[in-house]
Amino acid sequence: MPLFASRTFAHGVHPPEAKDDTKGLAIRQFPFAPVLVVPLLQHLGKPAIAEVAEGQEVARGQRIARPDGFFSVAMHAPASGVVRRIGLAPAISGKMEPAIFLEPFPGSTQEVLQGRPCLAASATPDEILAAIQEAGVVGLGGAAFPTHAKLKVPAGKQVETVLVNGAECEPYLTTDHRVMLEHAADVMAGIPYLLKATGAGRAIVAIEANKPDAAETIRAAIPPGAPIEVAVLPVKYPQGAEKMLITALTGREVPSGGLPLDARVLCVNVATTAEIGHLLPQGAGIQERVLTVGGPGVVRKGNYRVTIGTPLRFVLETVGTADDLTRVFLGGPMMGQAVSSLDIPVTKGTTGVIAFTARETGFVGGQREHPCIRCGYCLDACPIFLNPAELGLLARNQQYERMADRHHLMDCFECGCCTFVCPSHIPLVQHFRIAKRAVRKAKAKTP
Amino acid sequence: MLFFTAVAAICGLTAVLATLLAMADRRLRVQEDPRIDTVEEMLPHANCGACGYPGCRPFAEALVEGKAKPGKCSVSTDAGRERIAGYLGVDVGAEEKRVARLACAGGANVARAHAHYQGMESCAAAALVAGGGKGCFYGCLGLADCEVACTFDAIRMNEHHLPVVDEDRCTACGDCVVACPKDLFSLHAVSHRLWVACNSAAAGDEILADCQVACTACGRCAADAPGLITMRNNLPVIDYTREHATKTPIQRCPTGAIVWLDAKAGPVKGPAAPKILRKGARQDAPT
Repeated sequence: MPLFASRTFAHGVHPPEAKDDTKGLAIRQFPFAPVLVVPLLQHLGKPAIAEVAEGQEVARGQRIARPDGFFSVAMHAPASGVVRRIGLAPAISGKMEPAIFLEPFPGSTQEVLQGRPCLAASATPDEILAAIQEAGVVGLGGAAFPTHAKLKVPAGKQVETVLVNGAECEPYLTTDHRVMLEHAADVMAGIPYLLKATGAGRAIVAIEANKPDAAETIRAAIPPGAPIEVAVLPVKYPQGAEKMLITALTGREVPSGGLPLDARVLCVNVATTAEIGHLLPQGAGIQERVLTVGGPGVVRKGNYRVTIGTPLRFVLETVGTADDLTRVFLGGPMMGQAVSSLDIPVTKGTTGVIAFTARETGFVGGQREHPCIRCGYCLDACPIFLNPAELGLLARNQQYERMADRHHLMDCFECGCCTFVCPSHIPLVQHFRIAKRAVRKAKAKTP
Repeated sequence: MLFFTAVAAICGLTAVLATLLAMADRRLRVQEDPRIDTVEEMLPHANCGACGYPGCRPFAEALVEGKAKPGKCSVSTDAGRERIAGYLGVDVGAEEKRVARLACAGGANVARAHAHYQGMESCAAAALVAGGGKGCFYGCLGLADCEVACTFDAIRMNEHHLPVVDEDRCTACGDCVVACPKDLFSLHAVSHRLWVACNSAAAGDEILADCQVACTACGRCAADAPGLITMRNNLPVIDYTREHATKTPIQRCPTGAIVWLDAKAGPVKGPAAPKILRKGARQDAPT
């Protein structure tokens, strides 16, 4: 396959990739923090129910919280240690959420407790889904949607293809890149689980062309005869968004308000796949994840395997930060979230910890907003063909209902392309996020 | 000849259409009470919705039909309401004046921010970025979305970036209730002078590090006024259906979260609450 395949989606933008600092750095184990904070809600859905008591000693990998219903996953002890207390801890939303505070034993070997293995060859689809839920696997690409809920194909629907998403289009982030390079065998071990659970016939590993080494490694790791392909996609943001990936690889479009299932496809992040391939044969649960610690504000940038529950303060103190650190956010600069407290912990959905200094953030803050000049750049950038200019004007006048009813506001997945290209520096995506929240709130009120 | 045919045709057509129109006017006429227009003229044309109707016209219709009382209009003056009542020959329907009340007292002088928010100058936008950066997740962000939303100039931000409601100007239209992303505003009768100026669901003294005037859910007010105050969700809830014109519950409040809203002097705290003399913003820890 040529390096620059023509398969892609229309529109999109090209932000500076900023991956060179960390893409060549191998994954390194991060030290244990003195206290780990394991939130009971690290995924979309209902929080898990704590199963341990204060003062109880736990072994690494032991289940410490059980899922509360189908839209919930289990939590496992990220380290062998003592449960100090179960109480409120700051979360990314700014709110205090219940969490388990764990103090790791300093001298422990930190061996992982193993459970009942689930093998792709012998397990039934339902057993695989249960094992994934029990292992606490959620989408590690950032959304943290429970993976077993995603893989559950409702009656009457079918999945032809599973897309393993290794596009990683966000600037600065290189976690999926390193996982593909260093854990290709785990990815290959994980794909059979996905295929069996969904009944899909083939899997495509999608990789952006800026990671030729990863594509090469994955291609070489494919077992002979396996229905797995590697697709190299042109570099463009937001290539890694589910809807864009499906359009690029299958030519199909996910209908407005629909799910990838409606296009007979499922997307699973490559790190999630690797985690399934790593955990299920051992019957273990997630205790750590790979994330990129980078950005101009970080001294020792790199890709680290960080224990779940490590507070950001400990992460940043360990890697060292610039003196004029002004902003820290989780995930990439396009869709990531700024944090308001360094006491929030690394969770399953944390793809990266990026730190900016006054130089990067000062520039953005200094840009004045100007009126819309109707240049149409945002229309050419929006990957789902919305009209951000019109939506922006409506948002300004708080016509939220009209935005949702006539302009497909709720299809916007907040990629930020419109805001990125706007020459008038109008914070369009911020307006849309406010509007979406208002629409959801109004909908919740009316029965 | 052709000319006359054309004129005749047009005249004929005109006659037919005019007859149709005249018939339609008879048959399809909507009988509208002329008083509706008059009453609408007497209303303040604010279209604020405080009366519970979509605007002044629907309210005027309801008035004429007798479904509503003129007292529902909180924007009109007393004289205006009486004029409408006199015109329609009904009683005014004394409604107690209602005002918007803010369930937060955490201004910049007493509440700490964990991070500085940079971006769109709007509470709604700030609330979406990690809750806005204020130490207390439940508190007022102070970016004046309510001040902007208020059509009657009844809300002003004070020097500590906390909105202050002008009770005389407030018409209880509810725009600020909708505008606040933290749901801090609610509409209350002016006689509700006993007020819990905190919305924090946290319990315990840890919250005092984030806000000096937060409710720590100690329950003293509930113990001093049994029946009137119950603790729910770590906050005192005042039962306004009971006799509530008492200052007893504020006496032992250790933070001053429960206050007496004096009509002239503003919020009055109990003697146990610490005095706050700080004028500027609290020392913030930048992230």
